[in-house]
Amino acid sequence: MTTLDKAPAEAPAPTAAPTPGSAPEPVATGPERKLKLGGVTREDVFTVLGALVGSLGLDWVLYERVLPFSGALGFLLCWYLLFLVGYYGLGRLQWGGLMVRERLVSVVAWSSGALVLGLIADQIGYVASRGYEAAQHGNFFTETMERTASLSPITSGGAVHAVVGSLEQLGLATLFAVPLGIAAAVFMSEVGGRMARPVRTLVEAMTALPSIVAGLFILGIVILTFGFDKSGFAASLALTVMMMPIVTRAAEVVIRLVPGTLREASYALGGSQWRTVWNVVLPTAKRGLVTAVVLGMARAVGETSPVLLTAGFTSRMNANPFEGHQISLPLYIWSYVKLPVDQMVARAFAAALTLMAVVLILFVTARILGGRAAGEMSRRQKRRMARAERQAAVPRPAAPSFGAAPVAASVAAPADPAVRPSAAAPFRSAVATGEH
Amino acid sequence: MTAAAEPAAPYAEAPRQPDPDVPRTITAPATNGDRVFRGLLRTAGLSVFAIMGLIAFFLILRGAEALKAVGLDFFTEQKWQTQAHNFGIAAVLPNGILIALIALVIAVPVALAAAIFISEYAPVRLRAALISLVDLMAAIPSIVYGLWGLFFLQPRIIGLSRWLSNHVGDAIPFLKVRTGDIGTSYTSSTFIAGVVVSLMIIPIITSLSREVFSQAPQGEREGAFALGSTRWGMVRTVVLPFGRGGVIGAVMLGFGRAMGETIAVALIISPSFRPMTHILENGGNSISALIALRFGESDSLSLSALMAAGLVLFALTLLVNVGAGFVINRSRSGAATAD
Repeated sequence: MTTLDKAPAEAPAPTAAPTPGSAPEPVATGPERKLKLGGVTREDVFTVLGALVGSLGLDWVLYERVLPFSGALGFLLCWYLLFLVGYYGLGRLQWGGLMVRERLVSVVAWSSGALVLGLIADQIGYVASRGYEAAQHGNFFTETMERTASLSPITSGGAVHAVVGSLEQLGLATLFAVPLGIAAAVFMSEVGGRMARPVRTLVEAMTALPSIVAGLFILGIVILTFGFDKSGFAASLALTVMMMPIVTRAAEVVIRLVPGTLREASYALGGSQWRTVWNVVLPTAKRGLVTAVVLGMARAVGETSPVLLTAGFTSRMNANPFEGHQISLPLYIWSYVKLPVDQMVARAFAAALTLMAVVLILFVTARILGGRAAGEMSRRQKRRMARAERQAAVPRPAAPSFGAAPVAASVAAPADPAVRPSAAAPFRSAVATGEH
Repeated sequence: MTAAAEPAAPYAEAPRQPDPDVPRTITAPATNGDRVFRGLLRTAGLSVFAIMGLIAFFLILRGAEALKAVGLDFFTEQKWQTQAHNFGIAAVLPNGILIALIALVIAVPVALAAAIFISEYAPVRLRAALISLVDLMAAIPSIVYGLWGLFFLQPRIIGLSRWLSNHVGDAIPFLKVRTGDIGTSYTSSTFIAGVVVSLMIIPIITSLSREVFSQAPQGEREGAFALGSTRWGMVRTVVLPFGRGGVIGAVMLGFGRAMGETIAVALIISPSFRPMTHILENGGNSISALIALRFGESDSLSLSALMAAGLVLFALTLLVNVGAGFVINRSRSGAATAD
């Protein structure tokens, strides 16, 4: 077979008899069994393993012994390419062309997923291992760089001033960006009208605004035009420009998921629009909104270039964001990593580790909060609901008494949080099925 | 009337008289509270226009001095010597675009494969975790990408650069390194910056494409399977054509991001002000890296020149991003999701 000639390297790998793969195998007719579609057979696994081992051997021989190549990255790249060729050859021995292509694509898809996973793990692992050197000393989180010369040992100096600066700038940016962002999202989804679409387009364009341009903008307006000094406040304004569109987009998606029937119910009970938004829409979407905010914070805390242009640099503690230069974690890394001193680079990595930890904590918080759609309940909420229902089972009011309930009160002060999601849940499922 | 037209179904719907009762349109008068409320929301919504307008206005205002000083030479001059009134973006801009293009060449195949993997191949149980993972990759600060690229990737990728230069460079001229076969010839290159930027745009392209792919209609998928298609056949004939517009838009957005990427590029490249044609050679530049590295210059003309460069970057990315939004909305997948 020609395919055998193509892949001579696969000789050591387990191969099936070279029968033409396209021939359909006769199916044994026995008692009816449940047909299992998909799944992984032993052949699949061994074919992948065989191709992996075979290509590794061939790669090693070619790369290290025959050809004058070097470098780990090239080795891995060649291994992968040889693996694909080898897998194709091995597959061609057992299966038809259609099947081989199908499997090849699925192998490529899996490996791309593994690549993404590997990249993230590698980045986090690398930063953690390099950052540990300086971060293991407690002084890194208690001292500033004020009394630390460039050649001082790693046991002096730290980044507490940068941590404080980062938190203050992030806090201020959140304070500005969140009300603005959520109000813009509510405008797009609840008020709507002619302007909603252009606003949405522009918000999307603003999400992709280069961060350096946000920094330049604040530099141009606050520092050059109005003549203020660089400060943490200016940096937080730049971060606001970056954070607001992220919050708006994420918040709009969540608010749109609030079932329209809930709004209609509120209107039918005589609620005005702002009552409806304030007491029905926003509480229903609360979880998702928090997620939107936290994701925006995770993005903002790591932004370097807006801060670089607007915050200035200092090695001293400055807890007042409105006056004087104020450093933050990204800026700390940027400032020290380029110095040709090992201790400084180690400190920069420790700061990067701290920054990653902050981002990870924010990110995980957002995921835990936002894992569910609006109105969907957590297990604990469900349990609480069930308990409340059991307790209320006996004196359950008859249907007409609902109609007699004071209308304004039920809108103005919605029922306690344990009950509200129950109203949303059935509608949510209706929306979900309608989407697909 | 319908019954007369379709006598086959007389029981389904009795012939109905046209309803004389037209539903009344009810317009509730807005309360004062509502008026104030809507006014506030509208202000917040329109503040987006205000912010973008202010950005453009102040960049023009601040960049005017430099643009006046050199005129149209700003777009044709390659050097960046602000003291000598001799500066322009003719080298910086193409170099930045080159970095973005290299990033796209690497990121698009990986991102599309990852998107297809997540939406079509990954076990359902893993899917949510994978989506979070891609989002996490997008949330990693760019300075961390820069550190990783500078300290981890660069020493390891030099071997690949050297191999490409020595063995492929003769066939493909732009891969040739002309500055001698020593280690520093291969560092701080456009190529390495492009690789790092590609990692930063992979999550954007992946998550947008995945979203589009997952919206491919179930009926058409099942139709393809029913006709005997393999999974890849289904993806090729149903999912990919459905998602084409969205993918093009995602790639454009990725390009816009790559052009604006600052910190990782500024950390890695060693700034050069000649147009780079050999991507593996030491040197490279982009507008954003230029700004990040030069903003410390204190005289007003230098800052003004940076503002002008920033204005060009702003206009270009805005164009690319709005264009991407347009492509996405016009496509079939985009139309399916708009409202």
